[in-house]
Parts: sequence; C-alpha cells; structure tokens
Amino acid sequence: MKRFRLDALILPLIGFALVIAAWYVSSATWAKELPSPSKTWEASRDYVLKPFEKRGEMDQGILRFTWYSLQLVAKGYFLALVIGTPIGFLLGLSATFTRIFDPIIQILRPVSPLAWLPLGLVLFMGAGKSASELGALFTIAICSMWPTVLNTAVGVRAVPQDYLNVARVLKLSRTKTLFKVLIPATLPYMFTGFRLSLGIAWLVIVAAEMLTGRPGVGGFLWQEYNALVYEHIILCILTIGFVGFGLDRLMSVIEGRFKTG
Amino acid sequence: MPFLALQGVSKGFGPPQRRTDVLRDVNLSLEKGEFVAIVGFSGSGKTTLLNLIAGLTRPDSGGVTLNDLEITSPGPDRGVVFQNYSLLPWLTVTENIRLAVDQAFPNWSAARKEQHVEQHIRKVNLLPARDRKPAQLSGGMRQRVSLARALAMDPQILLLDEPLGALDALTRATLQDEISRIWQENQKTVVLITNDPDEGIYLADRIIPLTAGPNATLGPSIRVAIPRPRDRRTLNHDPQFKAIRRQVFDFMLSSRSENRVAITRKLILPDIEPEDLEQARYPQGRRTPLRRHEIKRETVEMP
Repeated sequence: MKRFRLDALILPLIGFALVIAAWYVSSATWAKELPSPSKTWEASRDYVLKPFEKRGEMDQGILRFTWYSLQLVAKGYFLALVIGTPIGFLLGLSATFTRIFDPIIQILRPVSPLAWLPLGLVLFMGAGKSASELGALFTIAICSMWPTVLNTAVGVRAVPQDYLNVARVLKLSRTKTLFKVLIPATLPYMFTGFRLSLGIAWLVIVAAEMLTGRPGVGGFLWQEYNALVYEHIILCILTIGFVGFGLDRLMSVIEGRFKTG
Repeated sequence: MPFLALQGVSKGFGPPQRRTDVLRDVNLSLEKGEFVAIVGFSGSGKTTLLNLIAGLTRPDSGGVTLNDLEITSPGPDRGVVFQNYSLLPWLTVTENIRLAVDQAFPNWSAARKEQHVEQHIRKVNLLPARDRKPAQLSGGMRQRVSLARALAMDPQILLLDEPLGALDALTRATLQDEISRIWQENQKTVVLITNDPDEGIYLADRIIPLTAGPNATLGPSIRVAIPRPRDRRTLNHDPQFKAIRRQVFDFMLSSRSENRVAITRKLILPDIEPEDLEQARYPQGRRTPLRRHEIKRETVEMP
C-alpha cells in the first residue's frame, strides 16, 4: 500500500521532470527563441505570485485572466446545455425528428471553432460593442453542444423497456413520464455529455479570445505572442492545461454521483 | 357474464414474410375473485398473453374484455407484477409505491396516501426497508415491493407475470405463501403466469396449461378443489394434487411432441487456431495465425 502511494506520487513527477528536461535542452540547442524553464519562471513570476493584480487591460494577474475566461465559458456552456439537452431528448424520442435533423447535425459537428467564430461575429455585427462577446458565446455554444446532444439522445434510446412499461401500466401522463422516468433514467448519459461538452467549451474559449482580442487567458496569449514575450505563451498554455484538467475532474466527480444513483 | 374474457385472441410478431405466430385462438374467461394460473414452457407466449390482458400489446384478432369493456390500453384497474420487478431504481421503496398511489388515487389527501402506502409496505413485511433503494434489496424483497405497488393501486385484477421466476427455491416458497395469504385477505381476481406447475396448483383455483409455441393456445382448464389454506408440506402427498400434476404434465408434454420446434442457428467458429511457433510456415519466416473463416449451420431439434 505504501509502495503504491509512493509510486503514484513519484512516477508522475518523473514524467514532469522528463518533459521539463526536454524543454530545457530544446531551448538550449535547436530552438533558440524558446525561453528556457527558468527564464519562463522569471518572466511569469509577477503574474503568478500576484494573480489578481490589474495593471492594465491586457496586463493582469493570470488568475484574473482565467476568471474572465471562465465567466465567458460558463455563459456559453450554460447556453449549450439549455439548447443541447432538449434537442437530445427530441432526437432520442422521435424517429422522425432524428431523420430530419441527424444528417445536418453530423455535418455541423466536425466544424472547427475557428470556422464558427467569424460567422458568429457577422451574425451579431449589429450588436455594436458586445458583438465580440456574443460571437464568442455563439461559437462556444454551437461547438460544445454536440456531445450533450448526442449523449442525451443515446441515453433516451437506452431507457429500458421495463421502465416504460411501468409508466404505461401506471398511466403516467407525458410530462410525468418525462420527469419521473425518462430524465432520471437518462441522467448518467446526460452527465457524460455535459463533461465532454465542458472540455470542448474550454478548448473553444482560447480560440475565441485569440481571434476577438478579449481579455482572458487566450487573449493574453495572443497579445504576448505579438509583443514577442514568448515566456507568457508558455505560462498561458500551462494555465489553460491546469484549468481544463480541474474542470474535467470536477465534472467527473459530479458525474460519478449520478452514476451510482 | 365473465369478469375477464379473451375471445379468439391471436397475436404474432415480425414482418409479414417472416411472421411468428405466438398465440392462436386463445379463449379464456375468469369469474370475479378467481385465482387462475397459466402454466407454460418458457418461450411459449405466456408473457405475450399477459401483456394482452394488461393492454401493453393489442391482439391481431379477437378481443379482450374486462367487465365487458374492451381493453385497449394499460390502466390502473389492472395491477401488473413483472418478472424482472421493474422498480424505478432512483426511487426508494416508499417512493416507488407512492408513484402508483398518486396515479390511482389523485384526489386523496397527502396524509391518506401516505397511510395507504405504509399499509401496503406493511402487508408485504417491508417496513424496515421502506427508505431503501431497489439496488439495496434482495430479489425476493424487490418482488414484494413490486407486489405491494400493484396492490396499492387497488386494481380490479392482479396480473402476475412469472413473479417468482428469478428467485431461489426457498425465497420462492416464502413468497408463494405470502401471495396465498394476501389473496385470501383481499379475494382479488388474479391471473398468475408461471412455468412451475406445482406453484400453479398450490396457489390457484384453476390451472390452465399453455401448449408449446409457436401457435400456442390454452389447454383444458383444470379445477383445483384442494381446500384452503393449503399446507405445502402435506400437499405433495395429496392424491388430488398428484392427479392434477400428472394431468398438467401429460398435456404439456404431449403438446410439445406434436409441435416439435427446430431452430437453425449460425455458428461462427473461433477464427484463430493454435499453432506451433517453432515452425515457420512461410519460407520468409513470417508467421501469421491460420485463419479459417468457417461458418457452420446447425439445426437443433427441441426434444
């Protein structure tokens, strides 16, 4: 048991050490422009140690940027769930609805966020100052919606016939069947979809901020690339990774709760 | 006028060109308060028959009437206990039964519903487990919840679809005794579907064998006049019990030999064979597993 815990701590650390070593060697040899780990830390110290400081619009503590990004993601993700879940239910319940909309969903699903964003900006051009925010929300929602839609549809189709027979024998009304039988039976599938959707929403935010120049982790990354402060690119990448990992853990804890229920 | 009547009921499944007729020309009539057991081989269409009475499926021809009214859909006047319990796993024992009570008696006050639910949990001896979820109950306990749920709707007729089929012998015997006791208390009309003739004879007023499928139909109705309460221990030696048992078995076995069923199935053999790794089969020395894409057809005659 003790050995196992040691392994669980030490082995991942070995992995980190190897990657950092490769990074160090690369920056010292063939990629001269790549800042070394120590230089990256030097340049990022202010942003990490004073994570909530605001020095200017595009010069803020890293957690402050993260907070902006998370707010935008939360809005877009919420929109995706609100739109995606009912569509998933309709797809699962109605064969006709599936035949009408499944082909178009399969075509829209693989479209990259980079392709959606300009369309989002065009759509909300009339909105003036908030156009970039609305465009970003549109992009997050439309890109992150699909796992929720598809998993919910699969979950609804997988509801055991036994439960539906119970609903019929008890003469449950349509709404009661939905809330007492279909939704509880589909919840585990829905939450798997929600988790995958959140992962995509977080991917999309970076792209959206880079293109719109909004303050946030992605926006900061793009600005520092243009300002030739390459250390901050690495800082942003690490931040995005950690936050994404944290969000995924959080969702799988929530998902686990519903699986047992 | 019979209470429940099936007249010339037939039912098949599948597309027209490959249609399987499960039930053919089934006639059945039940008086109010009667306990009738229908015995049949597995796969002979017992559940289809029960689903027709429950209203979960409609017959292709013929009619099912309860109290002279055609059965077209399921309803709370027919309480169904399914073989696989069919409890909603996210609700506790109390909530599962409460859901049924809410549906059957929408106008009752909350207090009255609560009391009604509790009364039925007590009836099946599950008060200590009232707040547990189905996953935390044994098979026997789950089936009791299912029974309590059906009874709590106060149906005119109780339909039991092999309710004890998945239970071990001892739990089965205990639950048979409980069903017998509850029936004697309530005198509800009951249709019990079972694959165990002994169970049918022990519990029912009449036992009706179902012939082997496909094209199953009901055999002669055999009255079980053994006085109640019946004693499981002495029943085995009761001459009437033995006579009925023989009659049921004889009928079912003869129906089966008339109606031999052959099943053709496709067998796909495992497609990798063990081989001797020491020997290179190819001159280049490359070894590949020997594949034999062999598909065999086998016809199995049911004895």
